[in-house]
Amino acid sequence: MLIGNYKETYASDEALFRTPATRAWMGVAAAAAVLFPFVAGDYLLYLANLVAVLALGALGLNILIGFTGQISLGHAAFMGVGAYGTAVLASRFGLPFWISIPAGGALATGAGMVVGAPSLRIKGLYLAIATLSAQVIFEWVFTNWTSVTGGIRGLNVAPASIAGFRLDTDERMYFLILSVTVVHFLLASNLRRSRWGRAFVAVRDRDVAAEIVGVNLFRTKILAFMVSSYYAGIAGGLWVYFTKVVTPENFQLSLSIQFLAIVIVGGLGSIKGTVYGTIFMTLVPEMLKAGTGVARAFWPDAQSYLFPLRDVVFGLLIVVFLIFEPHGLAEIWNRIKRFFSLWPFKK
Amino acid sequence: MSEGLVHLLQLLVSGVVTGGIYALVAMGFVVVYKATRVINFATGEFMMLGAFFAWTAMSAVQAPFLVALLAAVAASALLGMATERLVLRPLLGQRTISIIMVTIGLAAIFKGLAQIAWSGDYRSFPAIFPRAPIELGPILIPSRQFYPFLIALLAIVLVGLGFRFTRTGVAMRATADDQMAAFGMGIDIRLIFSLSWSLAAMTAAVAGIVVGIIGGISPQLGAIGLRTFPVVILGGLDSIGGALVGGVIIGVLENLAGGYIDPMLEGTSVKEVVPFVVLVLTLMVRPYGLFGTREVERL
Amino acid sequence: MTGSPVVESESRDILSVEGLSLSFGGLAALSVVDLSVREGSITGIIGPNGAGKTSLLNCVSGFYRPQAGRVTFDGADVTRVAPDRRAALGIGRTFQNVALFEGMTVLDNVKLGAHARLGSGILSTMLFTPGARREELALREQVEHEVFEFLEIEHLRHRTVGSLSYGLQKRVDLARALAMRPRVLLLDEPVAGMNEEETEDMARFILDVQEERSVTVVLIEHDMGVVMDLCERIAVLSFGERIALGTPEEIQRDPEVIRAYLGEEAA
Repeated sequence: MLIGNYKETYASDEALFRTPATRAWMGVAAAAAVLFPFVAGDYLLYLANLVAVLALGALGLNILIGFTGQISLGHAAFMGVGAYGTAVLASRFGLPFWISIPAGGALATGAGMVVGAPSLRIKGLYLAIATLSAQVIFEWVFTNWTSVTGGIRGLNVAPASIAGFRLDTDERMYFLILSVTVVHFLLASNLRRSRWGRAFVAVRDRDVAAEIVGVNLFRTKILAFMVSSYYAGIAGGLWVYFTKVVTPENFQLSLSIQFLAIVIVGGLGSIKGTVYGTIFMTLVPEMLKAGTGVARAFWPDAQSYLFPLRDVVFGLLIVVFLIFEPHGLAEIWNRIKRFFSLWPFKK
Repeated sequence: MSEGLVHLLQLLVSGVVTGGIYALVAMGFVVVYKATRVINFATGEFMMLGAFFAWTAMSAVQAPFLVALLAAVAASALLGMATERLVLRPLLGQRTISIIMVTIGLAAIFKGLAQIAWSGDYRSFPAIFPRAPIELGPILIPSRQFYPFLIALLAIVLVGLGFRFTRTGVAMRATADDQMAAFGMGIDIRLIFSLSWSLAAMTAAVAGIVVGIIGGISPQLGAIGLRTFPVVILGGLDSIGGALVGGVIIGVLENLAGGYIDPMLEGTSVKEVVPFVVLVLTLMVRPYGLFGTREVERL
Repeated sequence: MTGSPVVESESRDILSVEGLSLSFGGLAALSVVDLSVREGSITGIIGPNGAGKTSLLNCVSGFYRPQAGRVTFDGADVTRVAPDRRAALGIGRTFQNVALFEGMTVLDNVKLGAHARLGSGILSTMLFTPGARREELALREQVEHEVFEFLEIEHLRHRTVGSLSYGLQKRVDLARALAMRPRVLLLDEPVAGMNEEETEDMARFILDVQEERSVTVVLIEHDMGVVMDLCERIAVLSFGERIALGTPEEIQRDPEVIRAYLGEEAA
């Protein structure tokens, strides 16, 4: 039972992992993550890769909405920009992944700068609608700029390779995706505790007071858009090497909405919440799929209800979480931890 | 008349007719916003359900069109009230992102339920209106568009006048403007919210029926909702007259783009994207649109 | 407790507003207001509710753009300068409604006050480069010594601001302003809602800030005891106009002032 946690220097108080317990848990998690692909089956491995890439993208959205309070309905578009950028550089110019992915990220960052520009003059609902327009416009570009994006058929990409070593299995991609994702989560943690992280939250909580106290609102918002879309772009680049193909269907409004749901269910503004939210929102449809597969034995029509059922459950989760647990899974987890930290005392 | 001029006039007239329909859809958004300051992302799905209600009345019970329409409107009113009570009321006062997301969640729920109830197949309304197209000289308007356009105009005018001149309409506007003050004047806020959402759902039902007549009914019908955002913003989020003007402008611009720019591009069509470019421009230059009211901030 | 005596000649005016007029729609909040503030002094702004006191401060902060008039700070015309730039120049501010950032701890709120003074770019903060690390640690040391110890709120560092009492929140508001190392401190009702003990503490802090750090203070207050004790000069606003300007004694005797308050007397 943790009674007290006293720091003796400011440096140790400012550190990222502050208690021996936290550090120990991190070590355990790291070991588990490394061993995972060797014990997990193909299907779980595929899911893990998917979750990692989506979590990376969702983290970007959380930085924009959760930290900085700027609503974006177009996050999938940034992931698409990163993905297409990476795919074009890889398939048309033969660049290796360790160039094409960051380049895709940079391209997405640029797109974020452009889409965030309206935040100079509009905020809230209007900004949300501006981002929605960006999503629609980018979707149109992905589908119609056939000479670059390959139109509806999209682009195919060869597996990532480094010095002849090809990352063409899910296991190999797992380590690439995991390391990139973990690094970016650490970067986000650093951001949260730093000068700019504080500025982001200040803009979210009281932008007027923040400005008077010395925060340049426009610069801060644009930076938030840029960081957010950079994360989406990197996720897009990883996606490309993961699935080896990119089509406009991958980056539609429905994906933007899925990211939003992940961030809300996980907990707005919570980095850990992003992970919980992604796992949860990815697992639920998979369980539904398994469920209807089983139900098929008794009820032949069950499978045809899978898609609409997914929609209903998806919507229900969002509505229920917003009404009953607006701070998401992260808050639920915090409550569980608090309960056990005081156990066997009640309060 | 020269062929070029006829072509242009045809595009303009089609644009106006389509625009009227857009305006009706846009009004679904405007009515909710005007009374509650909320953008209902599930407006399209309310439309879709309204259309299905009417279709069910006509096909299952053989009800005549007008009866089916009224029944659908009534059912939608109840749906709107229930939605407000169960979903929106608990979230009163929460931040914008939460309200937006809850209506998005609602949209998904409605869509899924509709597909479970009615399957994903396309349905169509039986022929209700005279078949013959309307001719204005060399210009042709398909009857399938013209009569719905008339319905749309009628609905828009009725609702617009209602907001202006009835006590309930004024009460709704007052509540949206300043809840505290409205409450202080003796307006029953909760009743107003209920009525507002009912009215919004009823408007959406009519819009859905109209769209259903033109293009058939399916759970995907609601997709037109989001495509109407350019109209809503251009006209002004809280202006019904603005929705009409915005609808016509967007309808015309769309048609002109389709008629003149599309032929120049091989295989691509800019028709769908032009309204959203207009939307972005509107937000940059005049975010409150042509007729929306400015919102002021205080420290 | 008395403020330092008024000395006319040597010190200059660090802050002044001239002919400031501000209106909303047709409603005039400020009408041709003049005020100059001597460097190192404590100046009070008083007046009945709705007199325009906060509006005046908002014009100086840059939140409101006056329709006419000029704001001069440290010799430069800042009327067209953005609020965040004014903060960087040294104009600090507390707020009538506290305006703390509820999503952050006290420590982060205070550190945010120093935002304009820091230089780390977003990349270096994310990568936590040695440079960023140094700057952050230096900031921590500085904020601990100059602000937390000074205002006696070390024990509140990691609390969320929402869990604090109103009086402590106001102290954190002041702490955030001090983290900026301001040259001028604009305080909007710093002791509102405080009990006697809290009021005395706050008044002591304000005096210490002025004396030990040579910060010029301009404060809006309704608590006449505090105003008369701390301020060397007091400006009185009523319906957007400055109706009086002078020492506490002069203000207490001024018939215009008495009439504006409808017989309300100084403590």
